[in-house]
Amino acid sequence: MIIEHIDAQLPGAVTDRHDFRGDQTIVVAKASFLPLVDLLHREGFQFLVDITAVDWPERPNAEGGAAAGRFDVVYHWLNLASQERLRVKVPVADGETMPTLTGHFKTADWFEREVFDLFGIRFDGHPNLKRLLTWDDFPGHALRKDFPLDGGDPFCMEGCTAPYNNGERARG
Amino acid sequence: MDSIALSRQQLDGDHMIVNLGPSHPTTHGTLRIILELEGETILKATPEMGYLHRGVEKLGENLSYQQFIPLTDRLNYCSSIMNNVGYTCAVEKLLGIEIPKRAQQIRVLVSELARIADHIVCVGVNAVDIGAFTAFLYLFKQRETVYDLFEMAAGQRLHTSFTRIGGLFRDLPEGFVPLCERFLVECEASVDECERLLTHNPIWHDRTKGIGAISAEDAVNYGYTGPCLRAAGVPQDLRKAQPYLGYETYDFDIPVGTTGDVFDRYLVRIEEMRQSLRIIRQVLDRLEPGPVNVDDPKIALPSKEKVYTRMESLIHHFKLIMHGMEMPVGEVYSATEAANGELGFYIVSDGGKNPYRIRVRPPCLPIFSSFHDQVKGCLIADAVAVLGAMNIIAGELDR
Repeated sequence: MIIEHIDAQLPGAVTDRHDFRGDQTIVVAKASFLPLVDLLHREGFQFLVDITAVDWPERPNAEGGAAAGRFDVVYHWLNLASQERLRVKVPVADGETMPTLTGHFKTADWFEREVFDLFGIRFDGHPNLKRLLTWDDFPGHALRKDFPLDGGDPFCMEGCTAPYNNGERARG
Repeated sequence: MDSIALSRQQLDGDHMIVNLGPSHPTTHGTLRIILELEGETILKATPEMGYLHRGVEKLGENLSYQQFIPLTDRLNYCSSIMNNVGYTCAVEKLLGIEIPKRAQQIRVLVSELARIADHIVCVGVNAVDIGAFTAFLYLFKQRETVYDLFEMAAGQRLHTSFTRIGGLFRDLPEGFVPLCERFLVECEASVDECERLLTHNPIWHDRTKGIGAISAEDAVNYGYTGPCLRAAGVPQDLRKAQPYLGYETYDFDIPVGTTGDVFDRYLVRIEEMRQSLRIIRQVLDRLEPGPVNVDDPKIALPSKEKVYTRMESLIHHFKLIMHGMEMPVGEVYSATEAANGELGFYIVSDGGKNPYRIRVRPPCLPIFSSFHDQVKGCLIADAVAVLGAMNIIAGELDR
């Protein structure tokens, strides 16, 4: 039901959709993401359940205008009144940033920090984008597919193939 | 002779930095909170976590669907069976199968037992932290019985790994139901006793009322779920709102608080224990005989008896262990109402033996993220009360 609303009010925003086992999923481009969040917030989707990401290292970056990239940032919303759930996926390329949702949803604060920590996706405008689960100098981002399962000797910081904090040291 | 501490104090004016944790009797697992104090008033609380980060999600990408079940035990280790149930429900949703009636009923039964055990730990330990030791003792006797029941059913007290994809590890053993019946009577009495000790206790009131109060809007905005959200006045319980495992057929109520403070959270948890006892009573009344695993050799392992005697079953066993299940390509998010709130599993499958991505949405992470707002302007002693009432379980928080 919400998807019809989105189609009516933000035509062309939804680039892909599917409905698997009753889970409604829409894929939107980064450019139309913030208007979509405003719309969802107005339509009663005021419970941001979860933010996470999925790494698809083989997926090519932006093919022929269609939104694509290495990562999918995945948002789960819940409408408390109608108990409707909606999954929104935003593809972003490696090194690309996402707009923060901390202004709308306080719960986004730590979830975004976790996504930054484990995937290395930065969130523009986040008030305190520091690592959440690993320590500040941790080399690489653990949930990227190219991060070795055994941790790649993080204490010596040698032999790790993943980039070291995107080439910059953590501040503070 | 300027010590570092002194110069630090001079820099901050009258502010003092105090570490609560990582190893502290009231931190409920290994987590650290850096408190900035002025006198005894908290100006700023900075939680630092990750001490128990084991990389469960990364490990899950490298284990088969069945092999992930023992890892779910270690999420919320006070009620591990509920994590087992939540995870297997998610995989069953991905597979699109429904488990037999008896398996559903037993899952509800053990989930509610686990909910009682979890609330006992939360209420009891919260009371101990604040200084009321006696309630803890009365309640913990019942928790022992719950763990005895788990030991009978799963062979393990804490890390149960009781569920399997498509059903259960095994059926309930003989003697389980009589002990459970006795537990229902004794636990009811213990909850009453605990209420007599705490609910009208003026010291308990002084320590808990108005502490950690939160409005319903803020609670939703922070992503609160479970007893903490209901204490703030939002009647959201997935067992009623989005029923699973046949919860819609049971008769029970959702207790709701008004102010969301520590006292309301305590009352909600106490009432939820009573409601769980009600559900267990109904399950025991309607428990019907039947299989506890789906009748599909491509999902559930055949019984050992058949594996040793029949060629076909042996092949199925070999195929399941070596190649795993045939998973559809797709993604699901499945949430269950765990003791702390909405425990969600988001599984992305590329059709392989292992999940492509498995995400655990822990209920206490969003709740804990509000800690600074909850304790700002309070005393250190209040921070301890709030921390206990949030029921932070570090195993689930850090994953």
